Amino acid sequence: SASCTAAGAGQDVGRSCILVSIAGKNVMLDCGMHMGYNDDRRFPDFSYITQNGRLTDFLDCVIISHFHLDHCGALPYFSEMVGYDGPIYMTHPTKAICPILLEDYRKITVDKKGEINFFTSQMIKDCMKKVVAVHLHQTVQVDEELEIKAYYAGHVLGAAMFQIKVGCESVVYTGDYNMTPDRHLGAAWIDKCRPDLLITESTYATTIRDSKRCRERDFLKKVHETVERGGKVLIPVFALGRAQELCILLETFWERMNLKAPIYFSTGLTEKANHYYKLFITWTNQKIRKTFVQRNMFEFKHIKAFDRAFADNPGPMVVFATPGMLHAGQSLQIFKKWAGNEKNMVIMPGYCVQGTVGHKILSGQRKLEMEGRQILEVKMQVEYMSFSAHADAKGIMQLIRQAEPRNVLLVHGEAKKMEFLKQKIEQEFHVSCFMPANGETTTIFTNPSIPVDISLGLLKRETALGLLPDVKKPQLMHGTLMMKDNSFRLVSPEQALKELGLAEHQLRFTCRVHIQDPRKEHETVLRVYNHLKGQDYSVQHLPDGSITVESILIQATAHSEDQGTKVLLVSWTYQDEDLGSYLTALLKKGLPSSTS
Amino acid sequence: LFQYCLSGHPTLPCNVLKFKSTTIMLDCGLDMTSTLNFLPLPLVQSPRLSKLPGWVLKDGSTFLDKELKECSGHVFVDSVPEFCLPETELLDLSTVDVILISNYHCMMALPYITEYTGFTGTVYATEPTVQIGRLLMEELVNSIERVPKAQSASMWKNKEVQRLLPAPLKDAVEVSMWRKCYTMPEVNAALSKIQLVGYSQKIELFGAVQVTPLSSGYALGSSNWIIQSHYEKVSYVSGSSLLTTHPQPMDQASLKNSDVLILTGLTQIPTANPDGMVGEFCSNLAMTVRNGGNVLVPCYPSGVIYDLLECLYQYIDSAGLSNVPFYFISPVANSSLEFSQIFAEWLCHNKQTKVYLPEPPFPHAELIQTNKLKHYPSIHGEFSNDFKQPCVVFTGHPSLRFGDVVHFMELWGKSSLNTVIFTEPDFSYLDALAPYQPLAMKCVYCPIDTRLNFIQVSKLLKEVQPLHVVCPEQYTQPPPTQSHRTDLMIDCQPPPMSYRRAEVLTLPYKRRYEKIEIMPELADSLVPLEIKPGISLATVSAVLHTKDNKHVLQLPPKPPQPTAGKKRKRVSDEVPECKPLKPLLSGSIPVDQFVQTLEKHGFSDVKVEDTAKGHIVLLQEAETLIQIEEDSTHIICDNDEPLRVKLRDLVLKFLQKF
Repeated sequence: SASCTAAGAGQDVGRSCILVSIAGKNVMLDCGMHMGYNDDRRFPDFSYITQNGRLTDFLDCVIISHFHLDHCGALPYFSEMVGYDGPIYMTHPTKAICPILLEDYRKITVDKKGEINFFTSQMIKDCMKKVVAVHLHQTVQVDEELEIKAYYAGHVLGAAMFQIKVGCESVVYTGDYNMTPDRHLGAAWIDKCRPDLLITESTYATTIRDSKRCRERDFLKKVHETVERGGKVLIPVFALGRAQELCILLETFWERMNLKAPIYFSTGLTEKANHYYKLFITWTNQKIRKTFVQRNMFEFKHIKAFDRAFADNPGPMVVFATPGMLHAGQSLQIFKKWAGNEKNMVIMPGYCVQGTVGHKILSGQRKLEMEGRQILEVKMQVEYMSFSAHADAKGIMQLIRQAEPRNVLLVHGEAKKMEFLKQKIEQEFHVSCFMPANGETTTIFTNPSIPVDISLGLLKRETALGLLPDVKKPQLMHGTLMMKDNSFRLVSPEQALKELGLAEHQLRFTCRVHIQDPRKEHETVLRVYNHLKGQDYSVQHLPDGSITVESILIQATAHSEDQGTKVLLVSWTYQDEDLGSYLTALLKKGLPSSTS
Repeated sequence: LFQYCLSGHPTLPCNVLKFKSTTIMLDCGLDMTSTLNFLPLPLVQSPRLSKLPGWVLKDGSTFLDKELKECSGHVFVDSVPEFCLPETELLDLSTVDVILISNYHCMMALPYITEYTGFTGTVYATEPTVQIGRLLMEELVNSIERVPKAQSASMWKNKEVQRLLPAPLKDAVEVSMWRKCYTMPEVNAALSKIQLVGYSQKIELFGAVQVTPLSSGYALGSSNWIIQSHYEKVSYVSGSSLLTTHPQPMDQASLKNSDVLILTGLTQIPTANPDGMVGEFCSNLAMTVRNGGNVLVPCYPSGVIYDLLECLYQYIDSAGLSNVPFYFISPVANSSLEFSQIFAEWLCHNKQTKVYLPEPPFPHAELIQTNKLKHYPSIHGEFSNDFKQPCVVFTGHPSLRFGDVVHFMELWGKSSLNTVIFTEPDFSYLDALAPYQPLAMKCVYCPIDTRLNFIQVSKLLKEVQPLHVVCPEQYTQPPPTQSHRTDLMIDCQPPPMSYRRAEVLTLPYKRRYEKIEIMPELADSLVPLEIKPGISLATVSAVLHTKDNKHVLQLPPKPPQPTAGKKRKRVSDEVPECKPLKPLLSGSIPVDQFVQTLEKHGFSDVKVEDTAKGHIVLLQEAETLIQIEEDSTHIICDNDEPLRVKLRDLVLKFLQKF
């Protein structure tokens, strides 16, 4: 059986952390933080893993799906402060980018907000030393039984879905994924791996998004209009991911329309971020990969680095600023500066979790209480445009169709929306669908078939029989399953006896059948022979006067007292029980009177 | 298990393996040493080459003087250079199911195989192998196509004529099989048949065989391959290196427990130490430049050149070469330099760490940025404006028969100030130079071949312990020029099986088991019995299903209930259906207990007689006797079937069933 417990991201978006137990192996999937909280709730509740005892002893490995902080933000806390020394697996780009975002997160939390008892830079470094980088489609043998394999997930650079497999039992965890290619990444892909359980994100469980082209046109139109009337456009983004897609979009638009208004990208991360995209270009989409020698899409001509002083410059401009949910940092600072002017616009290109400023303004709030009881009135235009690269309902269904799981489990979404999707999945695919809350454990029964070694002799014997004219008729095979230690071998009964050093015990039957026949013995035998031959089995008349039917022996003797009666001795072994018993019964009915 | 050997070149192998009804081609290397028999293709008309005299036979016949030219005592074919293809007649190549590529040098014959033989299968290779392989093919096609040659010589190939030619033309093998270069459309068609794979990816072929590429440490994306079923494992080792250069280190551990290990692609220069050669390369280069001469390095556009540039990056400042321009000229120079920077995942640990910073893994990025290294698609155009001497030029092709290198050989050959440094080991440098003789420029031979040498091979074989080793015949004897060096051959026990071109080997292996799956319902119905401590047995009677080479055992269907009242007419109707076989029996029958059991079941007149080997149990009234011996029981009874069945079942209670 396999069981799954959400320590985070159960009917919620944020602090993704899922525990999977499969055939005795325990794997933790993702180790994220929650953007909506600043207290204990920002990290997953690791007490779900084990109440007592070391995490390292309990967990066989940890897998991180991608570099977003809601999937890896708690990792240094988990490994260095709670304590875990086992292997952590992630793809190469994730391994490269993850520590940078963690350090950024640490700085905002500790240096700016002044929190103590948070993980340190050294802890991030020590944590990353435990990371093993994996290739796409590489089968990583965690130990003798447990293997994992990464599939391309789209979503952000280096994002992967993971298959966790023990023997014939398997679980697939999607992380966050995107089923449609975008301007810089390809679409998620998985083969028909038929997992026992598919754990999928469901951020957009109820959304069926319109075509990407329309959204892009809409976005460009809004940016263009605002810039034309002299307004400033703020686009809060995370440094890596959507930012690059939107930069490519604006860059080509500016080029085509010959626009002059400056585009800025905040934070020192940007240039670095673009560099990662250049070096890991094999993880981007086909088009970018094909043309990168001639023109590298991540070298931008129109997009310049932002300086804090620029925010007060007059005239139009477009600024990409981090973080993406307006919950802290530079994006929030610029937002405060520009919010009061109705000419300006803020475009939220991604999902915002509850509690963030982003979430508040998207839900229509226009008076925000800031630090120090200050009220900020939002006059600027607020636009929401879903550019975050999650699969929509259609995409999720498509992935399920691709992978053909036996059970589906939804995480990383809102309960109400999940409920809708769950019904849809159960209706369309006739598989069970679960949506556990945090701390709830779902158990599914996998009932795997058992692989055994069959001796080639036995298999050949059986397949040779299978080649007989009537192939469609199922062939019965008979063998002995030998179980020793953990090995299972199916061999012929003879071989089993031989290997165990046991002798065969032969059980034989001999029955006497009396037949009224005054003729000589050999003539009786001939009559018996004629009676039996011509059937499906092979009948032989031997020189010594006996008859064999397959391996059953029939002999005739005269009755000691009655010359008119002959005694047929029918003799067979237990293995021929059915035929022997049948022949005896047949002969008992007497011989047909006419002989030729 | 068969191996068809289609190439005789040990470092450019092409073998076909028949393994469990799957036909797998291992590499398709193209032997380009054939081009050494041809005149160079100059980019601009070369007065020297065009004035070479035609070759005249000893008897004075001149009928070959258009096709063959003589230069410093050597005879060359004046025609478009041709390549020696792998054997195409040994087996029907359209039956090949898959082709596994181990590195970009070993795929150069791919278009000939995929486009000319009716091949319909799939090719597997890693992404760097495909991308760089494409660059090598592009460069090859480009350098031959841009110098159209009117003449195509074929008369000399006639068997009768070839006999009359001087060596080495006389001894050239399979000249009728030599082919002109393929075209770009053919390259594109061939490459479109490739499916990309990653190291340690398990690829299922038809449910019967699993193939897995492993890092071989020789070049970007280079791989060895494991070909295995559940019970047999063939390792294909081709072009591996244990030196730390730029690629990911070789994965040795996964080669363990092989039944057969096919070993190809060892170093071609077993006596040279690559590190020493790099040192010599640098010092010769510096010396020539300091003396005001130019340095020509004939090379491939990818591979060792990355390591050479890295050495020079560390070396030029200390050697006072900072003002000397380095030129890399190839139609694919730019692509090669760019591609080298994006394969972080395929690089050695140090280079991977740089990418995490993020910095380009190879320092040639900095050489380009600081204008120390410049690259050009060809000598035409921009290069002719920038060209300053003295300088260092890296360009192809290492055979010196085509590509921009021909131009520089003609340009610099007359001055003893200049030096040509050979680093690629694929061609004999003397043969390569032959059509340029007499030559004033210095020639330095620093072959850098990082592939396994015989000491490393012997260590590797001890480590991974294959049951059998298969290798080209060249590896089973010392090199012909150094016949006393018995250390320059493979030494292992049992001795390796060797192959040569156009040979078919039967590989030794014995398979005794196959994988089968027992469905859960059937597994639940099994009743295991512990026969000996730790060993349990269960008899299995089940239905065997075989599909796509996978075997599954299922619970037999319930026997259909006989329809009541159905009349049976013929005897044959009553022949028993294919019922489960009766198990074998084992054990012995303790007579006392047996008699007690009989009595319990109502037999009151049981009599026991001792015999020589056992006992006879007599049921007097029923006129039935049961002979019991150590390993047999014989029930002899009269016409009483219910009695017989009852006795049978009582006997069976004492025996174990198998």
